[in-house]
Amino acid sequence: MSGASATAGNMPRPKAKVGSMERQQRIALWVSYIMLSIFVVIFLIPPFYMIITSLKTSVEISAQAGNPWIVKDPTLANYWELLTNAAFRRYFINSVWVTMLTVTISMTIAILAAFSLSRMGFKGSQVLSTGVFLTYLVPPSLLFIPLFQIMGWLGLINSTWALVVLFPTLAVPFCTWIMIGYFSSIPRELDEAALIDGASYPQILLRIFIPVALPGIIAATIFAFTVSWGAFLYPLAYLYSADQATLTVGIVRELIKGDVFAWGLIMAACAMAAAPPIIIYTFLMDYYIAGLTAGATKG
Amino acid sequence: MADGSTMVVGAPSAASTRPTGSMKMLARRRSMAALALCAPLILLIVCLKVYPTFYAVYLAMLDRRMNNFVGLDNFAFMLSRPSFQLVIFQSVFFAVTAVILKAFFGFVLAHLMHNIRGRNERVWRGLLLVPWVIPLALSTLTWWWLFDPSYSAFNWTLNALGIEDIAFLGSTWSARFSVIAVNVWYGAPFFMIMYLAALKSVPDQLYEAAAIDGANAWQKLVFITLPMMRNIILITVLYSLIVTFADFDIVRILTNGGPQDSTHLFATYAFTVGIQSGNIPRGAAVSLFMFPILATLAFFVLRDVMKRNKELS
Repeated sequence: MSGASATAGNMPRPKAKVGSMERQQRIALWVSYIMLSIFVVIFLIPPFYMIITSLKTSVEISAQAGNPWIVKDPTLANYWELLTNAAFRRYFINSVWVTMLTVTISMTIAILAAFSLSRMGFKGSQVLSTGVFLTYLVPPSLLFIPLFQIMGWLGLINSTWALVVLFPTLAVPFCTWIMIGYFSSIPRELDEAALIDGASYPQILLRIFIPVALPGIIAATIFAFTVSWGAFLYPLAYLYSADQATLTVGIVRELIKGDVFAWGLIMAACAMAAAPPIIIYTFLMDYYIAGLTAGATKG
Repeated sequence: MADGSTMVVGAPSAASTRPTGSMKMLARRRSMAALALCAPLILLIVCLKVYPTFYAVYLAMLDRRMNNFVGLDNFAFMLSRPSFQLVIFQSVFFAVTAVILKAFFGFVLAHLMHNIRGRNERVWRGLLLVPWVIPLALSTLTWWWLFDPSYSAFNWTLNALGIEDIAFLGSTWSARFSVIAVNVWYGAPFFMIMYLAALKSVPDQLYEAAAIDGANAWQKLVFITLPMMRNIILITVLYSLIVTFADFDIVRILTNGGPQDSTHLFATYAFTVGIQSGNIPRGAAVSLFMFPILATLAFFVLRDVMKRNKELS
């Protein structure tokens, strides 16, 4: 009797609580939206200002009249000047081919090694995968001076080939790490069945592993691209003439001449150089984030 | 299909007739092939990571002309120089402050993103990731332009609000904080992504159970969210400490170490000494000062990763 009345008395209470929780959640939602908007505005100040400045003439910039955050006379002249500038085109071409080679080399090395480490195994393969992860933690700024000497022996100082040799060292460890994760998640039954069916290892890799792990391959490829496209230290240290410069160094070192800053031009160059990564991330961001967080959230 | 099924029939009989000796040979051939597939990776790591590390140690023990072996003199000389002591202080101050701020803002952002639960998540996330997507050298150049002493858009805004100019890159402490601000702006989105992934992996039932027990938001954060995210917070912070500690682009472009060498980090100082002034041994020594700190951090990262791998398998 008393028990029954107690439950009856409790009955309406959860409902009231649910109501207040819904209101609380709605408030939390709106607060979140407002705060996120503030963060987005702050985060987008530099890219916004980059684009605004790139649309200004040097006259408008140096006049210092009025609000710098708006353009009075928007013009694409800066962009046009860069497109017709042979030096800037050279930087762009250098960046493109160095990046293409870096991505190809890195992905080939990473996929072969990851396949071997996740499926075939040999004495010491465990040590090697740990070692690969460890090299990922070695930053480029630790080794750039001995590498300067080594590039000198190889005759690669002031040659973009130095970058083709060195960028894979930055990309391969993490790419291999991502690929090991994706390859290990492929059920063993799949390749065992293929082995029994008489498939060779190259066939298993090409017909099963690469198609199944395609999201991982996309993630690793984006990583290699990002590393190569944005790298600054190695090209700054090893390439000193303008015709060998990549975009980052070309813009930072060559477009800034003395104290006469052509900021409209520089910002237009930055915007154009930042466009390829932004386009790639717009379409493939989900793959990249999945690849980045896959290893971390498993534990 | 047809040849596949004949293979299935053929394979076991072949294996059963084969003596164990050839099985061993087969296994050895397999591991040789596995090693061969790893050969490019091993070659790359040994030639361009391991060897340069040892070579750096050797280089750092030579004199300026690189003819004579001087032992640890370069290290001792650097340590005795006040400008280098400042580099040590600044590197530690920069890395620790920037990582704490990145972790904090990343945590807040991840929670905000988690609160809106999938409503236009891609758009919000995309907008918040822009700082992280633009090549750092280029966005730092934009920051420099924003901080420019005579054309600063920030100072224009401050003036419009009736506040005096700030010499962002002109005096020691404001330059230090400007450098940190750019690093936080660039790195916070990465923390957000990692923390958001961690938040999503916390089962909702835990929060529901806590709510029934009458836990408030703070208690949920301290007793559920933080313990569940402990691992990922730890590994992200350690990894970011390594990367931030070794940062080069921001300081090089924004201040180039100035004013009065007060914002130099190990990497930028090594570049100035080693590449620009051409004192390769001293530059190598400066870089190597990073090694013990990075190795300690890497040890903890590795321990965490290994532990998790063991739990997984």
